[in-house]
Amino acid sequence: MSDEGRILRFQIFRYNPQKKGDKPRMVTYEVTEAPGMTIFIALNDIRENQDPSLQFDFICRAGICGSCGMVINGAPDLACRTLTSKFEDGEITLLPLPGFELIGDLSVNTGKFMRGMSERVESWIHDPDADKVNYNELEERMDPDIMEEVYELERCVECGCCISACATKRMRPDFLSAVGFMRLARFHLDPRDKRTDEEFYEILGDDDGVFGCMTLLGCEDYCPKDLPHQTQIAFLRRKMALVK
Amino acid sequence: MNIIYTDSLVIGGGLAGLRVAIAAKQRGYESIILSLMPAKRSHSAAAQGGMQASLGACIKGDGDDEDVHFADTVKGSDWGCDQDVARMFVNTSPKAIRQLSAWGVPWSRVRGGDRDVIINGEKVTITEKHDAHGLITARDFGGTKKWRTCYTSDGTGHTMLYAMDNKAIELNIPVHERKEAIALIHDDGVCHGAVVRDLITGELSAYIAKATTIATGGYGRLYSVSTNAIICEGIGAAIALETGVATLGNMEAVQFHPTAIVPVGILTTEGCRGDGGLLLDKDGYRFMPDYEPDKKELASRDVVSRRMTEHMRKGKGVPSRYGDHLWLDITLLGRQHIEKNLREVKEICEYFLGIDPVKEYIPVRPTQHYSMGGVRTQATGESPTLQGLFSCGEAACWDMHGFNRLGGNSVAETVVAGMIVGEYVADHCAKKSLNVSTTVIEHFMNRETDKIGALLTREYGENPFQLKAEMQKIMMDKVGIFRNGPDLEAAVEELKLLNQRAKKVALRNKISSSNPELVEAIRVPKMIKLAQCVAYGAMLRTESRGAHAREDYPERNDRDWLKRTLTTWKDDDADLPEISYEDLDIMKMEMPPGSRGYGVDNTVHHPDTEKRVAQIEEIKKANPTADRHEMQELLNPLEIPEKFKGRNERIGRGYN
Repeated sequence: MSDEGRILRFQIFRYNPQKKGDKPRMVTYEVTEAPGMTIFIALNDIRENQDPSLQFDFICRAGICGSCGMVINGAPDLACRTLTSKFEDGEITLLPLPGFELIGDLSVNTGKFMRGMSERVESWIHDPDADKVNYNELEERMDPDIMEEVYELERCVECGCCISACATKRMRPDFLSAVGFMRLARFHLDPRDKRTDEEFYEILGDDDGVFGCMTLLGCEDYCPKDLPHQTQIAFLRRKMALVK
Repeated sequence: MNIIYTDSLVIGGGLAGLRVAIAAKQRGYESIILSLMPAKRSHSAAAQGGMQASLGACIKGDGDDEDVHFADTVKGSDWGCDQDVARMFVNTSPKAIRQLSAWGVPWSRVRGGDRDVIINGEKVTITEKHDAHGLITARDFGGTKKWRTCYTSDGTGHTMLYAMDNKAIELNIPVHERKEAIALIHDDGVCHGAVVRDLITGELSAYIAKATTIATGGYGRLYSVSTNAIICEGIGAAIALETGVATLGNMEAVQFHPTAIVPVGILTTEGCRGDGGLLLDKDGYRFMPDYEPDKKELASRDVVSRRMTEHMRKGKGVPSRYGDHLWLDITLLGRQHIEKNLREVKEICEYFLGIDPVKEYIPVRPTQHYSMGGVRTQATGESPTLQGLFSCGEAACWDMHGFNRLGGNSVAETVVAGMIVGEYVADHCAKKSLNVSTTVIEHFMNRETDKIGALLTREYGENPFQLKAEMQKIMMDKVGIFRNGPDLEAAVEELKLLNQRAKKVALRNKISSSNPELVEAIRVPKMIKLAQCVAYGAMLRTESRGAHAREDYPERNDRDWLKRTLTTWKDDDADLPEISYEDLDIMKMEMPPGSRGYGVDNTVHHPDTEKRVAQIEEIKKANPTADRHEMQELLNPLEIPEKFKGRNERIGRGYN
């Protein structure tokens, strides 16, 4: 990190589908680098000082909400925690995440996809007795190790980087993808969810599910939270192969 | 005119908003949630350290119960809270956490047997009870007598939010994403819903409902450096203020968190200190015991933040190009602990600071963190002045935090208030029928359409980004941790001018659909009004209470200031809000004002305090056999929905 303030060159994808006649194009912006600058800071600088129409999404700017996934010099990642100092030549190309509906420029509609995914995998505890729980009583005991393992799988922030890095998803539009597999693995592990393997099979036991995965494992390579996609996909596949 | 009808409209898709919608839906009322983004991205996800609930399962929580939690909360608030509300909260929190457990939150659990922990800089072995094995455990947090903060590693808010949003999806509650409520629709003291702008198409719709709940979080982004997400701009509170009917409460009560990283202001959880981390100065010296020998690093947040600032003012800060800071040392906790229980903190240090907190100190500084103030509500969550308008979570001044919130009480408030207020919202939906004239709807829709039209057609004018930056700087420099008369007066005057300038915003990008500059232009004038409420309230409050610390009035003055600030903005052309006060009635307090036990007690007492203390003694004497539950009923009888009245069970203690 230097105090000199070198000039960064951003090449940014621009296209606003809301604007009649607008065409997709790449636009170059120059920004003077500041110490500790992240892509979040740089993009806001561009919006405030050069082009107020530039669209992008940030919420937490701390790497925890998953809003700001974009393709940074060819790799999907969270923009808020990417330091510009990482790019030695100062050239940074930004594209919206592929695989999602484009809202405009760098902003994509991950929300619509993720809600659909949650509905499809029924991303909640299935327990016919859940409504009978008396919350005045001691909670159901859980194995401390299992709860820690569940948390490991629940650290997904639905940023969408795994979808964008997935070649299978490109070929099969309805492919459930790593984010969906991870969610199912999480509920499969959780003793509070009473679904059987047969019931899980109904959700993921086909080519749009875990059997469709070509194991190229872009998900594993690009997950910003370093979730164990490879292990969990292998695990689910083995489990599902035993059903029927 | 696009009109959407529902029973319960919830503005904000964080923990509080989701929980209210769930409550109404479970009672059979249709709910729609409006959210600026997917609900799972809400700022609730950023809560790291945990949720306070007096389960008392871990050994260091032994002996904990609602009464201890209540006392900590009231003391923490510097007696500024509403004790009825604090009571409702502490009694319901154990139920809320157990419900969340059933809904899938993977709370960290008690492991029976010995384990090593760091307490006061020393390694200590504690022995967890075997019969508590598998129950929800807790960690230590500032300002609490017991280890009461339940957690999942340091991703507590994330796991709570995911479980809550998943529950909402299970119940098929629609979340209308990328929608922003820009005005409330109301007439004759009744709120009917909101004018809502679609952030993609720019289209305006009217959402009409029997009950409208504001759950939009705090207003941290009035300050240039804040731990808050960038969407925490207080717009929910601002649209309530702009009705001229609803009131805001205690807007000057703004909390600064001791340990945000320098310079970007991202939070490192209080769990760092709760788990044994220390604060060090430029000489590597642990200074907190000198100031607060009893609670040290785990004094209440407002106290630690002030002590840190004092210490830096003595020249003990670590100089940096971003100004002075101090060190947070968690190296003594060891790699294993950090990688398991403080992993978000570790990631943040790696990515934003390029350091490994297992080996290196973290540069920290007190930073704006929490808004105790917000939409003033009754204990039911409903505005006392605008019927049908509810609010809960950080957006509200329900008022369980008074002038300082305890760590771990914020996510707890979101889900507990969501549960309780949600029931009252459902009651409201049951009682009321939708009765609104389309002329009223049209009036508000036209008004907002015209305002946006004016923004898009004005040729020359002010730049909204610049106005915002100027406002944030004023708040940062003059309405910060330590406050004084001259600075506050200057802030009030400067903000008045900004308010005038904000009426003449012009855009460079003149399109009505998806347009970040237009979003800013709609929000900034509202934010400036909120900033005025904070600064003006702070200027008028000539005492120090909780997070509101006046250098020129260092004493807590119960005699003149044991009251809640109420702010309204009746005349849109006025350049200042109207401020009035409501007294807190000591004669009804379960816990009359006393000392918080930090520094020198220089409280100016209220004459009622002694009377109430004597009265409570009398009541205790007259009821020698009353147990703690009966005593609470005598001192602070609660109105709470029937389903939350049951006593809470604890391990080894039953329902006592």
